[in-house]
Amino acid sequence: MLLLCITGLPLIFHHEIDDLLHSEVKAADIAPGTPHANLDRLLANALAKEPGQVPHFLIWDRDDPNAILISVGPSITANPVNNRLVKMEAHTGAYLEAPDVTGRFTYIMLKLHTDMFAGLPGKLFLGFMGMLFCVAVISGVVVYAPSMRKLDFGAYRAHRPRIVRWLDVHNLAGILLVMWTVVVGFTGVINTWADVALKIWQSGQLAEMTAQYRDRSVPATLASLNSAVEVALHAVPGMTPSFVAFPGTTFSSKSHYAVFLRGNTPLTSRLLKPALIDAETGKLTDSRDMPWYISTLFISQPLHFGDYGGMPLKILWAVLDVLTIIVLGTGVYLWLRRRKAGAWIDHTIAQTSAAQAPLTSS
Amino acid sequence: MRHHKTLWQIFAAPMLVGVLSAVGLVAALVGDGWWDGVSWLTLALPVLLCFFFVLRRKRDGLR
Repeated sequence: MLLLCITGLPLIFHHEIDDLLHSEVKAADIAPGTPHANLDRLLANALAKEPGQVPHFLIWDRDDPNAILISVGPSITANPVNNRLVKMEAHTGAYLEAPDVTGRFTYIMLKLHTDMFAGLPGKLFLGFMGMLFCVAVISGVVVYAPSMRKLDFGAYRAHRPRIVRWLDVHNLAGILLVMWTVVVGFTGVINTWADVALKIWQSGQLAEMTAQYRDRSVPATLASLNSAVEVALHAVPGMTPSFVAFPGTTFSSKSHYAVFLRGNTPLTSRLLKPALIDAETGKLTDSRDMPWYISTLFISQPLHFGDYGGMPLKILWAVLDVLTIIVLGTGVYLWLRRRKAGAWIDHTIAQTSAAQAPLTSS
Repeated sequence: MRHHKTLWQIFAAPMLVGVLSAVGLVAALVGDGWWDGVSWLTLALPVLLCFFFVLRRKRDGLR
């Protein structure tokens, strides 16, 4: 749990840290409203720079409207976790950069935070730890009541021995942070189920939508990517493209471009809706809202990351995280002391609460 | 005989902070602009209360 809190802290600012530690080729600022480059040309430019690689996903950068990212892997069946991200200029279609991020500080923190370099089992293990964390918070609320019977809210007995002071800090910060820790903890747990939810969607709704294509293989020549996106935008008006999954990837069937669109309000921009475009004919096959379990996942992500309310919210997220670390630290200390000394501690606390003078000073 | 607090007395203030935190967590999700501001204020509250209670007693201790 401590590991999760500590590795999570730098991840709140992963953009800023990457900016600071690594030089980055930025897309030029271009007046909003400038039309995008033709995506087929943009894709060809990217692949020319990455020989032997095949595209898995094309992603419109959420934080930089002037950049488009292309995720490439050695083959279409390769695990996308090891993909490289190629950054392209959205308006000119020019190649910008494809940095190797795997040695980066933020990447290592992310791996430690999400799966401890152990793939899905690691993820589910950390999810289980997250659940224990939520249980610990709830049990903390339960024991808060008896320990506060005689104390006012916010009591901090500054003159008492360290164990009493730390108990007060633990109680005070713990009870104030309950809502935040439970929300961040539980949304983190939900995030660990992402791979499983995706699998269920693939074999459920996606399989249903592409039933008549089931036995086909990936077409030899693909229809135009650019027109596929245009068909999708036309089919689902009023939405913005988020990313395209190429045929044969985990987010699509073998015969479709899956164009994922998002809404334009802060809330609906978190929810994606796929439009499946036949990769041979370029025609729309189907478009449906995603099932509730995928929507839940999408909504839970910002609540875990704290990246949805500008820099002040990120800073608050960091402060709340540090306070959580303090609650965990004091909690471990209290538990160890209690275990070592047994009932003696309870006795001490009771005595020092009653006595006017502190027994020891430190 | 020492006065013992009821559950309601113990949990009234933490519950209020909790409800406000929940409002803050959702507010920034629903909208931008002043919605974000609501979220900053309500989530800053537990942090400020922590510092307030601990520092207040620390200062008293020096006197």
